[in-house]
Amino acid sequence: MNKFLIVLLHTYLSRIKSKSFVITTAIFLVFIIALANIQSIMELFDNEETDRIAVIDETEGITEQINNQLSSNESSIVLEEFNGTKEEAEEAVLEEEFQGVLTVSENEENLPEAVYSSNAQTSTRIDGQLRMQLQQIKEAIALNQAGIDAGIMEDIYAPVNFETEMISSGEGTGGEIKTEEELSGARGLVYVMLFLLYFAVITYGNMIAMDIANEKSSRVMEILISSSSPVSQMFAKILGIALLGLTQVGLFIVVGYFMIQTKKDELVGGFFEYFGLADASLATFIYAIVFFLLGYLLYATLSAMLGSLVSRMEDVQQLMMPVILLIVAAFMVAMIGLNMPESSLITITSFIPFFTPMSMFLRVGMLEVPFWEVGLSIVIMIATILILAFIGARVYRGGVLMYGTSTSLKDFKKALQLSKKE
Amino acid sequence: MTLKLDNVTKKFGSFAAVDQLSLEIPDQQIFGFLGANGAGKTTTFRMILGLIDQTSGSILWNGEKIDYSKSDMIGYLPEERGLYPKLKVRDQLIYLGKLRGMKKQEVITELNGWLERFKVPDYLDKKIEELSKGNQQKIQFISAVIHKPKLLILDEPFSGLDPLNVEMLKQAVVDLKKQGTSIVFSSHRMEHVEELCEYLCILQNGKPVVQGGLKEIKRSFGKKNVIIHADFDLDFIQNISGVVRVKNYQDGITCQVESEEVAGRLFESLQGKGFVRRFELEEPSLNDIFIEKAGESYE
Repeated sequence: MNKFLIVLLHTYLSRIKSKSFVITTAIFLVFIIALANIQSIMELFDNEETDRIAVIDETEGITEQINNQLSSNESSIVLEEFNGTKEEAEEAVLEEEFQGVLTVSENEENLPEAVYSSNAQTSTRIDGQLRMQLQQIKEAIALNQAGIDAGIMEDIYAPVNFETEMISSGEGTGGEIKTEEELSGARGLVYVMLFLLYFAVITYGNMIAMDIANEKSSRVMEILISSSSPVSQMFAKILGIALLGLTQVGLFIVVGYFMIQTKKDELVGGFFEYFGLADASLATFIYAIVFFLLGYLLYATLSAMLGSLVSRMEDVQQLMMPVILLIVAAFMVAMIGLNMPESSLITITSFIPFFTPMSMFLRVGMLEVPFWEVGLSIVIMIATILILAFIGARVYRGGVLMYGTSTSLKDFKKALQLSKKE
Repeated sequence: MTLKLDNVTKKFGSFAAVDQLSLEIPDQQIFGFLGANGAGKTTTFRMILGLIDQTSGSILWNGEKIDYSKSDMIGYLPEERGLYPKLKVRDQLIYLGKLRGMKKQEVITELNGWLERFKVPDYLDKKIEELSKGNQQKIQFISAVIHKPKLLILDEPFSGLDPLNVEMLKQAVVDLKKQGTSIVFSSHRMEHVEELCEYLCILQNGKPVVQGGLKEIKRSFGKKNVIIHADFDLDFIQNISGVVRVKNYQDGITCQVESEEVAGRLFESLQGKGFVRRFELEEPSLNDIFIEKAGESYE
């Protein structure tokens, strides 16, 4: 068997069999399943909780009107007529029989007014809803008193007809916004992709650096590099971990997909639609995969290079700091860009290699970007990966033979020196 | 399959770790590398293996450069011992064996043989971190030889082992040589080199100070040792010309003489002084040669 494959398989299999991997994956899967069932779970807790409000009604039928409106809004608030004085009602609230007391009366203009009293801090949600319902009833009554008939009232309250339209200039200039549906679909995908890339770089980048540092600190490295070339080992590691990542993320996606399939009825109209994954175009999906892989490779190569400089496990975190900061910065920029994809910040960062996978994907997802721009950014990324791989391979070759406690840029130079002829 | 180093120099910055080293390491022999710490032994090995490039000069094995296409024929026991602490002996060696071009089944057969030989057959399923340091070293040795290399490089193979294990490994090294492996090993223990090697090289600050066959080195060194045990005072011996160095012991002295002829004069000078319990003329030890040669370059 090819030695590259041996290292790759060893990296992959020894990781996938490890306890920590199995446990993290299991936790994530539980999380995904819980997320898909979030509505059932919330209902489980919600069922018991109707907010009962005692009403002392000095008017005719307003309680009923409010109740009708509340139930048509699927609100958890239920009004109950209270036969007794206000003091008795307040007593009942203190005994936690009711959430609060609503006293409804009519003023001299025959318009309803109300006092809501409760002992709980959290009642703003309830009194807000009650206020809104009462407001509507009051408006209806007032309009009715002014002699405006129901047909006109309907016209007043009907939503205005408002549509957005795109002005197309024939050829894409890089600044066009997609239609609203496409945009929200893209936004959802961009969101998911940003998180996935962020998660992948931090998790798997760290894993690569740790793996290499582990081989160095246990000093098995010298045997390894005497049997196969350090450069092919480095790439076997990067791809081995990538395969591991794909296994893990793939597992999440498969489980997520099945959960969505079984829970389709509940989820349609829920957060699934909000993210609009269903509307995203095929091109966006392909770009997502391309930028995800390129982004991973870029950061993984950087991590491998840095990992080779460390000789103790304790120093890995310290050296990984710049990588983490970079990905956090890229993530932040992209998050800002979600709301203003046309800003020059996003345009510029979409051509800076470490930002490209996030910023450029955001642009292709949400705007019409001319193909040459996307192509250019991909070429820049591939070039950067190759350059990093070239430098990384040399640093790796020297770095793995270097043992010491310090972790600084000096080591970087030393490693390069070790790997070349003087 | 001779290994030939020609004018090899390795510089780290302005510091020359190995300086103008030329060597010919004969086939199917055991070649000893001697030198104090930091003399350049490990650097030389790393250059032979191609882990680092020499600054100048050439290293050829059988007329060709050593690169990763030949790594299946080469075994290496690094000075820095190391195996995966969390892996079991079996998995560890399967991985390392595969990296040397073996098949899984071959590794297991060979491994069982070696564990048997080193009297530790029950280690197969143990993790490395559970083993004592000496036993880890046995596993490390197995990992260097399991693929039956043609060229075996052992960097300080016997350090940190108890005498019983040293014997066991020495025997294994001798047997490998008989099977046709060329072995290069380094040590700062003279007696190991003296016992095992036909050819050797003493490095001092990256430069070879002595090299060649053990017998020739000893012969050309010229100086010999004389051991005298007598019942009378031997202080006067220091004054005889040709006596280089005198060491006093409880029951007598050991002195180094420049030639056999001096030893004869020494013998005569003892006549009539009293009873001589022992008088022995001895070949110089490698230790004497090393101290003299290494000492010279310090001065």
